[in-house]
Amino acid sequence: MLLREVEYAKPASVADALSLLAANDGARALAGGQTLINVMKARAASPDVLVDLNGLAELKGVELAADGTLTIGAMTTYTELMQSAEAKARPILAEVVGTIADVQVRNRGTVGGNVCANDPTNHLPPLLTAIGARFHIASAAGEREVPAEDFFLGVYMTAVGTGELLTKITIPAGKGDGFAAVTLGADGTCICNAAASLNGSLRVALGCVDAVPVLLQPESIEEDAVRAAVKNAGIDPPSDVHASAEYRLHLAEVLAVRAARQAQGRA
Amino acid sequence: MSSHSVTVTINGVEYEREVEARKLLIHFIRDDLDLTGSHIGCDTGNCGACSVIVDGTLVKSCMMLAVQADGAAIETVEGLADGDELTPLQKAFSEHHALQCGYCTPGMLMSATALLRENPSPSEDEIRKALQGNICRCTGYWNIFEAVKAVAK
Repeated sequence: MLLREVEYAKPASVADALSLLAANDGARALAGGQTLINVMKARAASPDVLVDLNGLAELKGVELAADGTLTIGAMTTYTELMQSAEAKARPILAEVVGTIADVQVRNRGTVGGNVCANDPTNHLPPLLTAIGARFHIASAAGEREVPAEDFFLGVYMTAVGTGELLTKITIPAGKGDGFAAVTLGADGTCICNAAASLNGSLRVALGCVDAVPVLLQPESIEEDAVRAAVKNAGIDPPSDVHASAEYRLHLAEVLAVRAARQAQGRA
Repeated sequence: MSSHSVTVTINGVEYEREVEARKLLIHFIRDDLDLTGSHIGCDTGNCGACSVIVDGTLVKSCMMLAVQADGAAIETVEGLADGDELTPLQKAFSEHHALQCGYCTPGMLMSATALLRENPSPSEDEIRKALQGNICRCTGYWNIFEAVKAVAK
């Protein structure tokens, strides 16, 4: 497929990338490209300038602090996360990214790209919401930190504005995590997914049922309480060729229970 | 028009060309360099027929721009055999009837080659997982798995 004409810039630093992104409303950051290049083929996105973040070492890597806080660079690929010794501090991360698409996509696709694309069927938005991740957004004015609840704003929309860049994601210490999904094929697109985290109180985040992850805080880990939290959330999931709204709601309840049970088993 | 000078080494041969920023790596390899072994199946990142190895990493070349490959060492299916001497994996594909129409074969070979480099003794599950990004509409995959198993140590 021939893409629409586009300019290409390869910044030498994050500061350089930020000035390129700020200089043109039609500029867009190119991370792994495993979503963006395809939506450009479909003309669903037509940026004027691609600012290629590949090669910016400062956006890569996983660090584990003494207090157990994990810091994941936005340009860390799924494969790099799976192979990271530090990321084993929160095993759910490698487990979940290991079920995204296939080897080739995992080799180029990035954690930052996944969350900034914010496709409602993506794995990481609900997972990072459940485990209480914080998103670090840089601009020429400095850096701000946004909790997951305020990061995902709508379908394909996040708190990252024009002239801004997601640089890293921080995740607090914890281990009682779970994730469950019903997918198209073994590691395919999610029809519905749920993530849970039992580190202190229980947090459950549902994916694929709304524009953004739906965060629930059930009163207890008991199945009845988790089911009640999903039922009372007032969710009105979309219907599509893969699942009716009614079936998707049913899946949300079942997957929330499965994810919570896995979280409980590891807490 | 956004034009960029790109230098790549493909299967040990260096090429230097001017490319438009919008050109996908697979089109650069096939149309500009006439290396037509790598195929375009779906052009949507699903089928894996365009899989190549870029600086040691298996990628789908329809989801990368040619300009992004500047300075890279790329391996394509043409680089596997040494003249007429097929690799053990290629021989195994032939012996186990791991292809019918052959369209997916370049991608299958690159994915299996990448797997065997990283993990010379893959289990059946590991082989299946490694080939998940490559679609074959003829064989039902069984003979492809058999071929990879035959060269696994």
